[in-house]
Order: sequence, then C-alpha cells, then structure tokens
Amino acid sequence: MLRTALRNVLAHKARLLMTTLAVLLGVAFVSGTLVFTSTISSAYQKSAEEGLTHVDVAIRPDNDAEAAGPGAAADLGQELLDQVAALPGADSAIGEASGFAALAGKDGKLVGGGFDSRGGNYFTGQNGSGEDTRYPMSEGRAPERTGEIALDARTAERTGYAVGDTVRISVNGPVREETVTGIFTTDDGNVAAGGTLVLFDNATAQSLYTAPGAYDQITVEAAGGTSQQQLKDAITALLPADAEAITGQQLADDQAEMINSQMSAMRTGLLAFAGIALFVGIFIIANTFTMLVAQRTKELALLRAVGASRRQVTRSVLIEALFVGLVAAVSGLLAGVGIAAGLRGLMNAFELTVPDGPLVITAATVIASLVVGVGVTMLAAYLPARRAAKIPPVAAMSSVHAAATTRGLLVRNTIGSILAAIGGVLVVAGINQDDQGATMGLGAAVLVVGVFVLTPLLSRPVIAAASPLLRIGGISGKLARLNAVRNPRRTAATASALMIGLTLITGMTVIAGSVQKAIDKLAAEAITADYVVSTANFSPMDPEIAGTLSERSDVTAVSALRASPAYLAGTTKDEYLTGVDGDSIADLINLPFEEGSFDGLADGNAVVDTTTAEKHGWALGDTIGLTYADNATGELTISGLYEANEMIRGIILDNDTLTPHMQRVQDIQVMLSTTGGVSDAAKSALEEALGNNPAILVQDQQDISEDIAFIFTLMLNILYGLLAMAVVVAILGVINTLAMSVFERQQEIGMLRAIGLDRRGIKRMVRLESVVIALFGGVLGIGLGVFFGWAVGEMIRTGMDTYELVLPWGRMAVFLGLAALVGVLAALWPARRAAKLNMLMAIKSE
Amino acid sequence: MSTIATETPTTPTGSAAARATDLTKIYGEGETKVVALDHVSVEFRAAEFTAIMGPSGSGKSTLMHCMAGLDSISAGSARIGDTELTGLKDKKLTQLRRDRIGFIFQAFNLLPTLNALENIRLPMDIAGRKPDPEWLDRVIETVGLSGRLKHRPAQLSGGQQQRVAVARALASKPDIIFGDEPTGNLDSRSGAEVLGFLRNSVRELGQTVVMVTHDPVAASYADRVVFLADGRIVDDMADPTAERVLEHMKQYDAKGRTS
Repeated sequence: MLRTALRNVLAHKARLLMTTLAVLLGVAFVSGTLVFTSTISSAYQKSAEEGLTHVDVAIRPDNDAEAAGPGAAADLGQELLDQVAALPGADSAIGEASGFAALAGKDGKLVGGGFDSRGGNYFTGQNGSGEDTRYPMSEGRAPERTGEIALDARTAERTGYAVGDTVRISVNGPVREETVTGIFTTDDGNVAAGGTLVLFDNATAQSLYTAPGAYDQITVEAAGGTSQQQLKDAITALLPADAEAITGQQLADDQAEMINSQMSAMRTGLLAFAGIALFVGIFIIANTFTMLVAQRTKELALLRAVGASRRQVTRSVLIEALFVGLVAAVSGLLAGVGIAAGLRGLMNAFELTVPDGPLVITAATVIASLVVGVGVTMLAAYLPARRAAKIPPVAAMSSVHAAATTRGLLVRNTIGSILAAIGGVLVVAGINQDDQGATMGLGAAVLVVGVFVLTPLLSRPVIAAASPLLRIGGISGKLARLNAVRNPRRTAATASALMIGLTLITGMTVIAGSVQKAIDKLAAEAITADYVVSTANFSPMDPEIAGTLSERSDVTAVSALRASPAYLAGTTKDEYLTGVDGDSIADLINLPFEEGSFDGLADGNAVVDTTTAEKHGWALGDTIGLTYADNATGELTISGLYEANEMIRGIILDNDTLTPHMQRVQDIQVMLSTTGGVSDAAKSALEEALGNNPAILVQDQQDISEDIAFIFTLMLNILYGLLAMAVVVAILGVINTLAMSVFERQQEIGMLRAIGLDRRGIKRMVRLESVVIALFGGVLGIGLGVFFGWAVGEMIRTGMDTYELVLPWGRMAVFLGLAALVGVLAALWPARRAAKLNMLMAIKSE
Repeated sequence: MSTIATETPTTPTGSAAARATDLTKIYGEGETKVVALDHVSVEFRAAEFTAIMGPSGSGKSTLMHCMAGLDSISAGSARIGDTELTGLKDKKLTQLRRDRIGFIFQAFNLLPTLNALENIRLPMDIAGRKPDPEWLDRVIETVGLSGRLKHRPAQLSGGQQQRVAVARALASKPDIIFGDEPTGNLDSRSGAEVLGFLRNSVRELGQTVVMVTHDPVAASYADRVVFLADGRIVDDMADPTAERVLEHMKQYDAKGRTS
C-alpha cells in the first residue's frame, strides 16, 4: 500500500503541484511568523539584558503606593542617591532623569517616529570620576552645561550630525538650539531598537524632566560579593514610602515578559491570518484529492476486487496526503525562514530598526510547521479518502464512472439552508447582545459554513445571472458558463476559497470606512476650534506654548487642555480631571449639554458627563469633594451635565482651579481660533511663532481628518496585505480547478478544435470559465462582507451616535474587478495548456 | 509509388471535393521513424460517399486526419476543393475546418452540456453564423431527431447521439464530411441507421462523405471503397457490396502474410 501511494504521488506530480504550493504558502506563513517573532523577541531581550548588565538594583518612584496619593509619586532626591551610593554593598549608583526629546534632522523634520525619541542626563557623580559609564564618548566630550548635548552614534550617523554642529531639540515646549559636544555609544535598549537619545548635562536634564536635585530612577551596581537581593534589602530600608527597589534580575524578567507578551500578541495576530490562508488551502486539497480519487475509480475498485479492505484503500489515499503534506511542510518551513530573514532586512531598509541578532529557529517552530502542514493536508484529504473506500469492487468492471448523485445535493442544500438561516439570525440577534460580539461571532461562523454548504446550489442562479455578460464571449462564453456549473461541488469549493478572503476584505473595508467617517464627523462636530496644537507623540507640552499663542493678536480664543489625577472623596482610585480655559472653551469645543453649560466654570464649578454623573448619583448643583494630586482637598459644584462622546468625557473644570494642584504644569493640547479662520498662511504664522518646532504639531480640522484617515488607511493596508496570502492561495485553487477541468475535458476540447473552434476560442472558453468562478466567489464574498460589515456596524452604533453605514461602492467595484482579474490570471496557464492540446490525441483516446 | 495506385480510375465524372497528391506523412525521426502515408494520391469526388478501408496501421485514419486538416503533412499536397492545406497556418486551418468540413467521430462527438439542437448548431455558433432554417429542419427531419432536440446527450441512446453528430456535420452544409469509424461504438441496428442517413445525405442532399472504417458492411453503404495497406493505396472499388469488400480484404490479409 505504501508503495502504491508513493507511486501515485509521483505519477500525479503535476496535478499535486498547486495543492503542494497552497500548503507550502500556508506553512511558510506560519513558520515565517514564528521565526520572525522569536527572532525579534530574542533580539529585544538580548538588548534589554545588555542594557541592564550594570544594574543590580533600580530604585523608582512607586506610583501605586498609597503614600503617593493621586497621581505620580515624588521623584527621588539627591540625598537618597548619596545614601545609597554610600552603602557598603553598593559599588556605584547612577541617578537618571529622562523623558521625551525630539530631535530635528538637517531637514528640520523630526527624526524617527516621536515615540522612541528620548532624552536623558549625563551623570557625572558616579565614583567621582566625572564619567558616566553608561555612555562612553566615542568622539568629543560629554555635555557640561545648558546649550550642550551629546548624541548617540547611531543617530549621529543617521542624521549626519557631527561634533560642533548646532541641532534643534524640543523637549516639551520651546525649541532649544544646542551644540553637539560629543557622540557616544551605548547598549541602551531603545537606541538598539532604532530610537534616538539626546544627553544633557545633569542639571539641565533635571530641570527638563524632574526637578533640580531629583531623579526619576536610581540604578545601583553591587560591590563584589554582594548579591542583588542583599543590596535590594539594604536599599529598601532607606526608601521613602512612595518608592520601590527592584533587582536587576526582576527588571530583566519584567522586560522579557513585556516583550514576550507584545510579541505574542503580534504572533497571534499573524497566525490568525496564516490560519485563514491554510483554511482556504483545505478547499484546494479536498478538491484535488476528490479528483484524483474519481480518476482512479477503476484502479481503486481493482484494489478492492483483489482483496484490499476499505481501511487499506482509505489509508492509501491518506498516505498520499501524508507525502504531499510532508513535502509541502518542509519546503514551507524553509520558505518561512527565508521570509523571516527577508522581512527583517526589509524592516531595516525602512528604518524600522530592530536590534541585531541571529535568526531564531526553535524546535517548537519546526514541529508546529510540520504538524500544521501535514495535519491540514491529511484532514482535507480525509473525506475524499473515505469516499475512495466506498467504491464498490464491481466498479472495476464497468466502464461508466459513477455520476455524482443529486440526492447528496438535496441533503446538502437542506443542511446549508438551515445553517445559513441560524447563522443569519444569530448575527442579527448579536447586534443588541452585550457580550463583546460573541453571539455575532458565532453567528458569522455558522453563516459562513452555511454558505459554503450552499454554494453548489447558489452557483447555478448566480452564474446564470452572469450569462448576459458572457454573451460577449459568443459560443466560448456560453460553453464557459455551462462548464462552470458542470461540477457544482468543485466550482463551489473553488469559489468558496476566494469568498473567504473577499468576505474578510470587504467586511473590514466597510467597518473601517464607516468608523472613520463616524470619528471624522465626531471630531468635526465636537471641535469648533480652528487649530489644535499638540506634540508629535501627544506627550505633555510646556505651558509656554499656550502662553505664546494667547499673546498673539490674531488669536481670538485659546484654551489649554490639562489633565491631572484626583481621588473622589471616599475613594483611592484615580479619576482624571480635565482642565480648560473656562472663558473661551465654549467657543472651541461643542459639547451637547443636557443641563447647564460652561457658564460659571471659571468660578470653581465643574461640568460632568451624564454617564459619570449617573454612576455617582450626581445632579446639577451638587457639590463633589475630591483630593487633588498634591493631596490637597477641595470641592466642586456641578454647573453642567453633558453627553459624553469618544473624545470628551469626565469631569471638566477651569485651569485656574486645577493648575495650583498639579505636580507639573503641562498641557496636553492647546485649542485656539484665529481672526482669519483656517488658512495656510495662518497656520504657517502659528508654526513660525512656535519656532517651527519639530515636536509640535499645529493641526486644523482637515489635518485631523487626514490623520484619522491615515491611521485607518494604514490599518486597512496592513490587513489587505495579510489577507493577500489567502487570496493567493485561492488563486492557486482556481488554477488547480481549471487544470483539472482541462485535463478531464481533453476529448471535448479536441472535438471543438476539430469542428472549428480556434485556439483563441478555446483559451477564451477556459478564461471565461475561470472568470465566472472567480466572480461567483467574489459576489458571494462581497455580499457576505457587506452583511457582516453592516452587522458589526450596527453593534458599534449602539456606542457611537455618529456611526452610519458607509458602503464603499468604489472599493467594492475594485474588489469585484480584482476577482475577475484573479480569474484571468488563474486561467493563463490552464488556457494555454488547453489550446495546445493535441487534437488527434484528444479525439483518439478513449 | 504503387503501380496499382496509378492505375486506379480517377475518371473526372464529378469535380474533386478533396484531393491528395503524393501525400506523405512521417512520424518520428531516425530509428523511430514510421512512414504512415507513402506518396498517396487520391481524389474524393463531390456528391459521392467514399469509404477508406484497410487493416490496423494501414494509415487510413492518418489519411483522413491529413485530408481534414487535423494533422500536418510531411510532404506532398492535400486540397479541399481548390484550397491547398500544406502551409496553412493553424488559424486558417481551423477556419477551413469550421466552414468547409464536417466531422463525425467514433466517440465523444457531442458536448454533454449542450442539448441536441445546440450541439447540431455548434459549428455555426462557433463561426457566428446563422443556420439556414429550412436546411436545418430538413437535416433534422432526415436524421429523425425532431422530438428529441431539447434532450441532453446523456438522455439519448448511442445511436441517437451519433445521429445528432451526423446532423451537426450536415447542418453547416460543408464541402465534405469526414467520418472516423462513425459506427464503431454502435450496435448493428443503430449503425445501419446512421450509415443509411449518411448515404441519404449524399443521394438526397448532395453531400460529400468520406468515411474511415474497418467494417465491410459499413463500407458497402459507400459508392466507392479505397483500400489502404502500409501507407499506400492498394485498390479502389466502385459500387461495393459487403461480400466483395470482404473478399478483397481476405486477399490483402493473405498477401500480407505471404509477403
């Protein structure tokens, strides 16, 4: 049996090619994901560990400590540092003060993405040597006073800055012009990952990030013979209540866990798409084995006639599947490793720098890839194998192949209709179900399965509907249409493979488009200000920015938005307070008030959204007590109740009330309106006034819309990219089906050629059949996608008033066009084969 | 070239619907070289029913394939009417088959997806021509399919299927119809029917039919039988009867054994 199976695989090499490719692609996706994520993960881990080699214990403010009160705990003082450094178990101690620092490149634009732009202190107090061991200078010297900075070597190389150059930097507000005095190397994890690091002298860094004489972290290296735990215990005794000591080992473990959890989220996401591609592959495998079994009916019956048992027949088919799966899985694994290596190169090319490190191919990756590849193939081949076993021995004698029974389809259609109906009902019922879409997800799965089961039935009417279009193809078109519905099961399986990809693509597009529109509308309705000013990474800004803006004569209304945590009376949970300018905020944002208004906000009142008010049982005129971030208590009177939306919610009060209690006065955003309204000139003037700061964004409504659109477009493009694999596999399926059809219809094609259909006509016939099948899958996919998009949208609408269904007609037309293109492309090779068929061989063979 | 072949009566009573001159067909090269047709010269007269006979491997099918533009020619000439087939590109050849030649094969004659009428009209649909309705009706009536036009091939018997094939070959009024063992897959009654229709189409409709067969009874329906052996024409018989054809064949069989 084993030998028979192996011979069969070798004999049908060409026909198993597409199947193998389909499995190969799926497995490559899986192994590529696994190799890529473990490689990146281990590289990050290694760089994080390197950054921690000199850290045995770290001391940090403990924001969660009760003693810290609402908001952040106090920074660590110089006194603590000195005490810790003097401990007998401590070899050296470094105080750190760090935060955001945007660096402008030579073109004036921000270097990097903003989120990995860091600044820190060059600490000279260590061992009295005057050098910071974390940052050995490779060129020049360390910064010694305000106006001097050092850059990490990677950033210097990337930007072309050298010692002596003047660079523009922004930390949280005004642009600073600084001279580069040194370039350093570091094993800092953020720098290894492609971030920028700007070093200031100690005092400047403290004034920027903490406070004079304060640090946000102290790292201690143990003296020889002292363990991390011993050192930690000794330090803990010295710490204030709102600070904590952590061993270097713990830090490394925490970091490893964080990296792992981030990478595993990415891995899960990617594997989901690999799963989709593999799922699509199942249809192709099942199709292929069904055909191989059908073609070998006589042969298998002969095996049965000479005494093979049913189990042996089933097993022989499954062994074939095993061979195919194994070959595909091994090549898929290799391809995946290649993809992972290529992907990393690609990331480097796009400056999405990741730490260096070798490719990590774990045993788990190898095993998972092989199991998935072989498993999927054998699973898909199981039904055809069972069917093979059912061939009666007498079939060896008869010359007629058993035709597919219609009875099977009747049962199938009934099951399909029931499933589709249940699925549809569940999806619609899921809209108002408060279960995170569980009902809807289940319904969607059932509906998709139902539609799969129904596709043979649907193929006839849907394809018949396309017949007017096919008239253009003349007789070739007519034959193509008839051929397409000739084997409804096969056509259905082929079209379903394409349907899956298109359902997801369409669904995502509908939802993304609608949500984008809704958010856009929300922003447009909520914000009446001409401009919103913020930092590139939305980190807080120095109030000087707001000050500069409010002094301008063309600014009619301006309000800084501030945020500070507080405890409501009787609780110790952070509640965020939003501070605004009570006099002008009404001109800048548009809040739908149910009761009261912004009036009187400046007199120590507050406005609250209705949801929060309901939760605490507050009404208009009530007075609420709270503890501010500085631990001072106060009271606010509710002067307005508004309806919350996605952008604005919570307790809003006047900046004059809030600011005195803030630990660090910083603005999240500044909103303003100008005399001239929105214009390029006005915007440039504002940017100019802020010193063309690389870290500060001045955005009008249009910019915000574009930002939103950009995020959605990016997200959609990533999804399209990931789903493309499923579509590629589906294309292989169409090629496979056509190749099978051409093979089975050799004689017909030969006859058609003999009676006068030319090669072009034959090609057109195959091509149109392909297009018909692909369009069938496309129509089903787009239809289902729109339905799911609508259903998910209805669910979103319950929490988002501005949501309305936006049907992307243009995109949908493009998808349908793409489906047709898939058909044309898939037909290239089978059509050429059909046209090249030797007419005489085709007619003669029996 | 065989002496008998040159002596064969090629009296121009009717104009030639198709003509082969020194037609040679060679398969393979070197060691595997096989001469399937060896300088064959023959004429198929219009409005005549010709049978080509010969033992297996005599080249009778090859001759038909070459004459019908289904296979390429190694040397010599093959003409349909005045059109020389050698040197014709595939496209022209396809057009020629479509417009001027009708085909009946032993099996796989019909498209299972089309009904009988659609199958009959297929060559004209391919050409994008409208069939002559009067002629079509006459053809359908002649082959006795009037009641079964909406049936699919799978719903027809073997004889009926072959009658559809005959109707299809006739429907486009081709210059010449080639049949390759058209009764090979049929029982004797259905075979006789089909052959009767072919003969009628020649006598009553004025068609030209050339049929390859190895069955003396089938050959007896023809006006003329051309005998092939080893790629050469060895005899030519007018107004054959089954007995005479059988006699002839025995002769060649015997010759083949003694030589």
